[in-house]
This record gives sequence, structure tokens and C-alpha cells, in this order.
Amino acid sequence: MTSLLEVRDLTMRFGGLVAVDALGFRVEHGTIHGLIGPNGAGKTTTFNMISGFYTPTSGQVLLRGEDVSGLKMHEVARRGVVRTFQHSTLFAELTVMENALVGTHMPFRPNVFAAIIGWDREDRRGAEARARESLEFFGLDHLATERAGDLSHGHQRALGMAVAYASHPDVILLDEPFTGMNPEETRQMMDLMRRLKADGMTILLVEHDMQAIMGLCDAITCMSFGKFLAEGNPAEIRNHPAVIEAYLGGARHVA
Amino acid sequence: MHKLLLWPIFGAALIALPHGLSFSQQEILVFLTINVLVVSSYRLLTLTGEWSLGHVVIMGVGAYASALYTKELGIWVPVSMILGGITAALLAVLLSFPLFRMKGFYFLIGSFAAGEIIRLLWKRFRDPFGGPKGIKGIDPMPDFSIGIYDFDFFEPVSYYYFAGVVVAACLWILWRIERSPVGLTFHAVHWQDKLAEASGVNLRAYRTLAFAIASGFAGIGGALLGHYVGTINPNSFDIDLMVFVLTWAIVGGTGTFYGPILGCVVLTILNEIVLREMGFEQMRPLIYGAVLILSILFLPNGLESLVQKGMRALRGKSRSKEATP
Repeated sequence: MTSLLEVRDLTMRFGGLVAVDALGFRVEHGTIHGLIGPNGAGKTTTFNMISGFYTPTSGQVLLRGEDVSGLKMHEVARRGVVRTFQHSTLFAELTVMENALVGTHMPFRPNVFAAIIGWDREDRRGAEARARESLEFFGLDHLATERAGDLSHGHQRALGMAVAYASHPDVILLDEPFTGMNPEETRQMMDLMRRLKADGMTILLVEHDMQAIMGLCDAITCMSFGKFLAEGNPAEIRNHPAVIEAYLGGARHVA
Repeated sequence: MHKLLLWPIFGAALIALPHGLSFSQQEILVFLTINVLVVSSYRLLTLTGEWSLGHVVIMGVGAYASALYTKELGIWVPVSMILGGITAALLAVLLSFPLFRMKGFYFLIGSFAAGEIIRLLWKRFRDPFGGPKGIKGIDPMPDFSIGIYDFDFFEPVSYYYFAGVVVAACLWILWRIERSPVGLTFHAVHWQDKLAEASGVNLRAYRTLAFAIASGFAGIGGALLGHYVGTINPNSFDIDLMVFVLTWAIVGGTGTFYGPILGCVVLTILNEIVLREMGFEQMRPLIYGAVLILSILFLPNGLESLVQKGMRALRGKSRSKEATP
């Protein structure tokens, strides 16, 4: 059986530096899959290759068996893989609602001619409903008219996910979604992700917050210095000698 | 309610306007009307965050194309004007292949270079572009009558009405585009192109779309100009005019739809009425430069920010009146 998303021998070289070296793992449909590793392990680079931000030096990214490596980011997105970014990457000058509306670009593709004549009224209504639904899901609907740049950090992170969610993705790639969140916000965000999973969405997640990772993931891939290190469920990873060594014993006390 | 009343009053004022002006001022009014379209189309391009220095040359492409279509192929003038705009848009699509490999400052320089190449081609090829002397004796808009008014296109007033209707229609389309999901996508491409791309936006396609639409309407503006003055040459679309367009856009502000129009109208009035009356004609570039620098220093958001402030003050006043009956 083919997995929803499979990474095969993925390699990325920046000049002489091998950032990711022959990495391979599979993400099964409807799971939350974590990608962990010490700083500089190549997690974000892997993300950038899967989402089409980088073209891999060699290797493949297979989505439902189709090779999507080397496609542009919007082409990967149109096949159902949508990503968020580290930090709060948003349309800071636009309102919260407009941010979510940009997220509906794929299901409700705008058309200039229809827009001029006014034949896209139903699409606009549909896009707005979808955007509102997405904002409600992340508890942002009461902030719809605020400027995105004025939101608090936690709300900005949630909005980043709402933009991705608005586009009805099959796989959502989250790049460090818990960074800079307090324990209460982290807990709420974990709940939201479980609800996304219950909706049938597949989540691939890069994160340093071990508590969140261990509490959330069905499967975890650990990498170190660009190489595959270990894979398994949270209990297996927690006790894996190679993982503990990679984190210099740090895994024991954060777990 | 009174907002709906404002538009007919505004329209009536625009219709009555030329009758209070001298002949030369009426001519200026025609140019102003065309320039409003050019600067508004320029704003559509700036929505995606790209600033071009070739916009005026693209406007010239529309003028040349429309003039040649009527001269060589005998196409009816109104149709050839539209065809001129379409030609300019198609050329923009072609130019987008080399130009949109660049962004920001590099695009600015690249667009200037592309514009100069087009201008040199006009100068170099006497057939069909007429070389440095350009094209003369362009067919004027044929006269016609709509019953209540006879259009005589040797009269600037008639041409002003005609251009006014065309420009108003073009502005309406530009406005519809800006307020649509397409316009929102242009903003998205401007503010965070990576996030837009991750949401499935084809950046190249949207940049090209904005460039083509802006160029198309600039081309229509150029065609309006060509069939009015009757003669065009490569120097009618040189960098001097481009600097004026830039100045109108920057002084007016590009944050709102009306900002560049405001800049264009205010600076034209300043230029033509105040400076010419006072005999400062020779110092025009100097004063334009000073206005540009002063507005960047003291009005970084353009004249539109003054309007917004004024509106807010008015609204605040009416609200406090309602509060104290």
C-alpha cells in the first residue's frame, strides 16, 4: 500500500554542506507525524523540500505515489500539501478575515472577468463562509476585522494555521507551531490539532517542545546531522538509545 | 443616503467644469483626464509591490498600435483604441518573461531598460513607426451625435466628454478588480509572497496578470492621447513623463484607489494654473522635485492621508453632534 506522503532518499546539499542526507520516512493517512532532532539536524530543510520551497539535490517526495519533488510551492499546495512558516508569517497589513480569505484561494479560485461582471457572487460567499469557518475553528472569529499585525503572538500563530486550514488541505505541514507559547496556549493548540486529526487531516509537524510532541504524535521520526536516526511511536522514541545520545541525555528530563 | 446623492452632483460638476475654462485650460483638462487613467492603472501594478519605469512607454505602445491600426488597416477609431490597449497588454505578457525573473529594485531598472529598447525600436524603424519624427496625421475620433449633444472632436470639450466616459468606465473596471478576490490576491502577493504561494497562489501568473491589466489600461490611455493630439513620437513617452506619473502616484499616495488620482489632479492644477499664471514655467522640474521630496518627508502616506484625517475628523464631529441632541 502506498502511504499518503513518502520521502525517499531525500538529499539536500548547500555547496559542500550536506544538510539532509538520504532521508526516508513515510507519513500515513490521518496521523500526526512528528519530525524531531537537535538544532541543525535539517528538519526545516526537509520541510522546505517537501513543500516545494527548495528543490532537493536528489531523492523523491511521493504524494500518493506521485513524485512532487522539484514542483513549485503553489503546485505542491494545489496537490493538497499546505505548510505554515516558522515565526508569525502573515499578511500583517491585511485584516484577520482577509488573511483567511487568501487561504481560500485554492477551493475558490478567483477569476478577473467574473469579478468585473459580478458573476462570482456565489464563489465570494462560499469563500467567506469557508474563511469564517476556519476562523471559528481556531477561535479567531471575534477578531475578524482586526489588523493581523496587531494580534498577540498566540493569535498570530493560530491565524497562520487558520490560513492553511482554510484551503482544505490533505496534509498540513506545521513548522514549530508551539514556539513562544505558554503552557496554556500549548494545551489549547494541542486540542485543536487533535480536532484537525479527527477531521481526517494528516499533520506533519516539526517541533522542539517535547511535551507537545510526545503527547500528540502517532509516529515520530528523529533525525540528527541530516541523517535518519530512529522512528517509532512516542514511547519507543523516548527510550531509544540513539535518540537519547543525540540529545546528550536531554530527552530523559524533558520527557 | 446622501452618499448616493454625491455621485450625480460630482458627475454634474464634471460635465459643467469645461464651460468655465479657457480653451487652453480645456485642452489641459483632456490631458488630465487621460493622465488620471494612466496613474490609476499604474497603481494596479503597484498593488503587487512592483514599481515599473516602463509604464509610460507601454502607454506609448497603445498609442502607436492604435494609430497604426487606423492608418494601415483602416480600423474604426474606437475599436482600434481597444485593440491598442489589448496590444499593450499582450506586449506586457511578453515582457513579463524576462522582467519577472527580477523583483523590487531590479525590476524597476529592468522595466526602464525594456522601455528604452521599445523607444529605440520606434526611433530606428521608420517603417512603420515613422522614426524619430513619429506618426503624424493620426485619424481623429469620428464625429457623432447622441441627439442631445453633437460630438465635434476638434473641440476639446467634446473630446473631454468622450475621454471622460472612457476613463470612467476603465476606472470602474479597475475598481471592481481591486475590490475582488483577485485584488486581495494582489495584496497578498505584495505583503508575503511566500505565504501566498503556500496558499496555492501562482505568483508569476498574478504578477503577470497585474502587469498586463495595468499595461492594457495604460495603452487605452495612450490611444486616447494619440487620437486627440494627432501626432506621436518616441519623445512623447520619455522618462520625463514617467517621472511625472511616479510623482503623482507618490505625492497622492498609493494606499487607496483615489490617492494617485488626487495626486494627479492636485499637481496638474498646481502645475498648469499656479505655475503657468505666475510665469514659473521654466522651473517646473525643480518645483516638481521639491514637491516630491517635501511630500516624502512630511506626507509619507501622500495626500490621501490628509483626506483620511479630514474624514475621520468630520465623522467624529457628526458623532459628537448625535451624542448631544
